[in-house]
Amino acid sequence: MRQISASGRLTEIPSSLPYPGLSIETNAKPMTSPDPLIEFRGVTYRVPLMNRPALVSNISFAVRPAEMLVLLGRSGSGKTTLLRLVNRLLLPSAGEVLVEGRPTSSWDPIRLRRGIGYVIQEAGLLPHFTVAENIGLVPALENWNAARISARVEELLRLVGLDPAEFSARRPRELSSGQRQRVGVARALAADPPILLMDEPFGALDPITRTELQREFSALARRLGKTILFVTHDLREALLLASRIALLEAGRIVAVGTPQEFLLLDHSEVRAFTASLIDLAAERPGASS
Amino acid sequence: MTTWTFFVTHRAEILDTTLEHLTLVVIAMFFAILIGVPLGMFVVHRPALRRIALGVASILQTIPSLALFGFLIPIPFIGGVGRRTAIVALILYALLPILRNTYVGLTGIDHAVLEAAEAMGMTNSQILWRVRLPLALAVILAGIRTATVITIGVATIAAAIGAGGLGTFIFRGVAMVSDAVILAGAVPAALLAILADLLLGLLERRLKVS
Repeated sequence: MRQISASGRLTEIPSSLPYPGLSIETNAKPMTSPDPLIEFRGVTYRVPLMNRPALVSNISFAVRPAEMLVLLGRSGSGKTTLLRLVNRLLLPSAGEVLVEGRPTSSWDPIRLRRGIGYVIQEAGLLPHFTVAENIGLVPALENWNAARISARVEELLRLVGLDPAEFSARRPRELSSGQRQRVGVARALAADPPILLMDEPFGALDPITRTELQREFSALARRLGKTILFVTHDLREALLLASRIALLEAGRIVAVGTPQEFLLLDHSEVRAFTASLIDLAAERPGASS
Repeated sequence: MTTWTFFVTHRAEILDTTLEHLTLVVIAMFFAILIGVPLGMFVVHRPALRRIALGVASILQTIPSLALFGFLIPIPFIGGVGRRTAIVALILYALLPILRNTYVGLTGIDHAVLEAAEAMGMTNSQILWRVRLPLALAVILAGIRTATVITIGVATIAAAIGAGGLGTFIFRGVAMVSDAVILAGAVPAALLAILADLLLGLLERRLKVS
């Protein structure tokens, strides 16, 4: 009996793992079940009132807790639309998107968004705010007191490899693009959301900085145990970061699998992506995308 | 009498009139900003209302200034002869540049910034007050600057309906066929306009967030 109960406890451990590096300052709800944090059920989105083809059609997939699911696809394949459906910047035309088991349509959009970190390509830092104010924005919106916010900001700056003393008071224009992305990641983590949405966060960086940030972020993400939906058109990035890759083609998901499985899939779009990587590597040794 | 001696002998009167002129402009600008900026903020998310507001302001701007002063005289409460009517006309004139720049400034913000703000769970009013407005301030001020320079010029015509100001010299000078008297109104008005333009330009540069 004890052994059974012991093994029963064991299976529960992943859901209660204390993530190293995760701050105590958390408003993230403890995960009570292994249910997916994000789930798409037959989701179609078309721009309302416009007689255009749907941007994404009949999308179904689930993102499990602490998983990094990478949405891979060409420009215009609907990757960003899927992200925007998760934090209710868009509502589905058909089907439903569930976050923590509840359809986004029944969430208060403000509450929903404050529990989801969002990182976009150009970082989208507020240019009139300092680095510290940018990172502390969501905590401030959530009425944390000043001491708690500044402690959190300092902690996050260290986490993304920026010296708080040097960077706190700078404005975004006084940062390199790589530093801006680091601040963008720190800002997304500020209120310790269980979910992160990332839209080509490293897409605008030079290849060297990009590789650095990808490596660091990969390690960080594993450490923090966040559930991450990550959009990219870069197969290298997908292979490096993903727990699983979902391939989008013209608004539909055509393949899902782990990076290892993905490379072996027999699908024309998968081959197109792998071919681009291989050709590029052969033609231009050292180029990264 | 040369222009110079007229300026010297009438310096007290010129100064008084300039102050009177400035008062007209300041009061009119105060109300124009008080109406134009909030109106611009209000119509950001209301396209139908925006078209109406900008349309009306544009039409007002096309009415010749002398005619606008004339039109207002018979209107009850705001009309009649004197300063109050002139100020109303000046407000109507100043409205378009302020309203338009407020709207353009609030909407011309980097899309990534607005999207990030929305995605972080800022409400529309938080985005308006904490993101759009601070980032639009320089553009709004540019509108205020344009409006101020226009108002200083148009306010000279207010003398035609008995509102005083530097226009008094200009109309008197025209009637007397005296360049000296015309210049006693025109030169201070021009100087005021240049000064306002310079000062507001400086302020605008300080507010600009790159």
